[in-house]
Amino acid sequence: MNLNKLKSKFSARATLRGLLAIVIFLLIWEVGARSLDLFGYRVPFIGLIPPPTAVLDSWQGLIVDPSYWQSWYMSFLRVFAGFLAAMVIGIPLGLYMAINRTFYGIAFPSFEILRPIPPLAWVPASIIFWPTQEMSIAFVTFLGAFYTIVINVLGGAKSINKQYLQAAQSMGASQGDIFRRIVLPATLPSIVVGSAVGMGITWEVVVAAEMISGGGSSGGAGGGLGFFIWSSYVGGSYEQIIVGMISIGIAGFISSELLRQLGGFFTPWLKTR
Amino acid sequence: MSQSNTTMNLTMYRISSWLKSPKPYLMFIGFGCVLSFWYFSVEVWKLPRFQDMPALTEVFTEWFSEDPYYGLSVYTPEYYKHIGISLRRIAYAFFLATALGVPLGLFLGWSQKLREYIFPLFELFRPIPVLAWVPLAIIIFSGSETPVIFLTFLASFFATTLNTMLGVESIDEEYSRAAYCLGASRWQTFVHVVVPGAMPFIFTGLQISIGVAWFSLVAGEMVSGQYGLGYIINTAYIMVQYSQIVIGMITLGIIGYTTSAMVRVAGDYMMQWRVRELALSGD
Amino acid sequence: MSTLPKDDSMPTTGAIRIEDVVKVYDPDGAAVMAVDHCSIDIPAGEICMIVGPSGCGKTTLLNTIAGFHGLTSGHIYLDDEILCGPGKEKAEPGSDRIVVFQNGALFPWKTNLDNIAFGPMMAGKLSKSEIYDKARKMMIDAGLEGTEDSFPGEVSSGLRRRVEIVRALMNEPKVLLFDEPYRALDSLTKSVMHEALLEIYYKNKVTIFFITHDLEEAIFLGHRLIIMSSRPCRPKKIVEVDIPHPRDYSVLTSPRFREIMNEAKVVVNEEARKAFEAGEKEG
Repeated sequence: MNLNKLKSKFSARATLRGLLAIVIFLLIWEVGARSLDLFGYRVPFIGLIPPPTAVLDSWQGLIVDPSYWQSWYMSFLRVFAGFLAAMVIGIPLGLYMAINRTFYGIAFPSFEILRPIPPLAWVPASIIFWPTQEMSIAFVTFLGAFYTIVINVLGGAKSINKQYLQAAQSMGASQGDIFRRIVLPATLPSIVVGSAVGMGITWEVVVAAEMISGGGSSGGAGGGLGFFIWSSYVGGSYEQIIVGMISIGIAGFISSELLRQLGGFFTPWLKTR
Repeated sequence: MSQSNTTMNLTMYRISSWLKSPKPYLMFIGFGCVLSFWYFSVEVWKLPRFQDMPALTEVFTEWFSEDPYYGLSVYTPEYYKHIGISLRRIAYAFFLATALGVPLGLFLGWSQKLREYIFPLFELFRPIPVLAWVPLAIIIFSGSETPVIFLTFLASFFATTLNTMLGVESIDEEYSRAAYCLGASRWQTFVHVVVPGAMPFIFTGLQISIGVAWFSLVAGEMVSGQYGLGYIINTAYIMVQYSQIVIGMITLGIIGYTTSAMVRVAGDYMMQWRVRELALSGD
Repeated sequence: MSTLPKDDSMPTTGAIRIEDVVKVYDPDGAAVMAVDHCSIDIPAGEICMIVGPSGCGKTTLLNTIAGFHGLTSGHIYLDDEILCGPGKEKAEPGSDRIVVFQNGALFPWKTNLDNIAFGPMMAGKLSKSEIYDKARKMMIDAGLEGTEDSFPGEVSSGLRRRVEIVRALMNEPKVLLFDEPYRALDSLTKSVMHEALLEIYYKNKVTIFFITHDLEEAIFLGHRLIIMSSRPCRPKKIVEVDIPHPRDYSVLTSPRFREIMNEAKVVVNEEARKAFEAGEKEG
């Protein structure tokens, strides 16, 4: 993927330039956020949020707070649960649609019609349907990643070079063989890419669901980083909001990296390009 | 022009061959399965889990009734008001995101220097889920419209910029080399090679972007908006008017699909060369 | 011993002198010598065929002349003016040396006519109507009438190649650099292309630097064959093709053609075997 190519081009000068921009950004943030104290005038937009130094302070306090890490744990759990479910159901579904034209004709249009409905629009329906809040969040999370994964699997299967299939057939491979040894490995790279994108969507949905469902009312385990941000807002500790945002960003990044590494493990041949 | 005739004929041919194939029938079988499952599980077999779910008949009678029980149907003006408001928000956010994101993506892809400065900063912000910005958006922006539009804009913006940038990266280097050989300056190469060459990727990105925009909009509307389709769904849930939830969802699906298709058609229109090229390769 | 006619039909500019050029690559830290002390003298107006096994570095040489890479040491002169050398390792790409690429680099988003007019339009020295008139005339001359308003993706690859050559010629270059342009064509189309190229050459005498691994193509088109050794490349043997121009396909069966073929084949096969055993990756 081109992003990886970009990252490997990091020279010392490039890193310095990137850091420079980040530092300048932090400076503007710091000065703008403190503008009321410094200039007696509140800069619009930036002047309303806490400065990075205050955020750092707050974070130091939170690192030792176990409930902060509890939020991390809850969110991670939900993300992986929903994501795993999406993989377990989505990959076989996508593959089956790819090999069986009839099934594709039946299932795909309905799939495509349901897809534009944003996962979050399912939240109320999901809450009504599932017995516990946790399950309703899990369902919505599952939906988010599910669509992406299926689409990517289909795309990957469609673009399998016909000649691989023909070569296998002329060497006497059975249908099962062809599936296991050609279709599956050839689709793996698309599955990996689809998973990476799906992971991003999953985080979005989890955070949103945590914020919307107010985390912890009816039969839910509660908590999570999304809820953390929301309750920080409601409780008026704005620094914590930003801590929460950055935390989720980091968490999302970690999970994507993990996935990428795992994906690389399953597709070693891609590294030789 | 004879070329547009050819395109028209190709489209007609494609539609007629689609109608003759088993595809439309399979499609309706699929729809039939989904709808009948819904119908049977709620109204006929009355499965326990499905007890509180709105029924198919209930939803459709409500949706198409002239005097709906709960207040929204294709005959009520409020219905269209909500749709219009959601659409307006999407329009603001999407067009702003495109106007900012496409040029930024083009420059990031084209200039190594700029990329080295800006991309790390960009990548720092990107993993933060758009919805995590909700509280901050509420704090920074006054009123209830602006935060919602801001969130939608953010989501669109990241998707558009990234895809545009990747699009520029994917252009075969030989095209720029050919341009230089023929005497084009760097700027001329940017205008005549990079921008048109990246178009297919830009439009794919725009389709993703509008999908993401709807996603964020609905979330934003559910949390802090007044009016709009997300708001309908949320309110319907709170007021226990479950059939309205489904009406809201279906409407969202249709409108979301339509806007996405509009982006795709706009892309096809702007990239006649690609449409014809793909048509000839027997796609 | 040059086989070039010494009359007024030959151009006065476009002589290339490659002097002791060395090019070393450094991918992932492993220094790879692509060009090893290569010296070639190409008089103005000559069709010089560079023949060698795949991956031996011929394209690198072409890229250095064109200005896409720099050289490590040595000099390259165009008409006694230095293109690149110590202190100026990389030449500027320019319309005096235009490349025709292996996979074709016609801009897919511009019509054939727009492609051909591209060079002069970028230079901006002539008016638009002058440029387009000239472009149409050149297209008719090259047998491309009727394809002006088609996109490259809509016409055959043979036709695309011709359009690309005309696009280059519009700029009155001194040198045309061909990088295995007919490699992907079937042999029937190839023969047609060869005759077409020669026709174009007879009307517009330019220096031609043509890379190929097809011996028949080389002998048919060229004044001289320079057979390169396997990587790192340097001239191994020079074969003069003293068959007089203008040539047509009957040349292919003439005894002299066979003789030259045999002479060249021995050397080429030797180098090809070396490259095969060294496991050279296609360049």
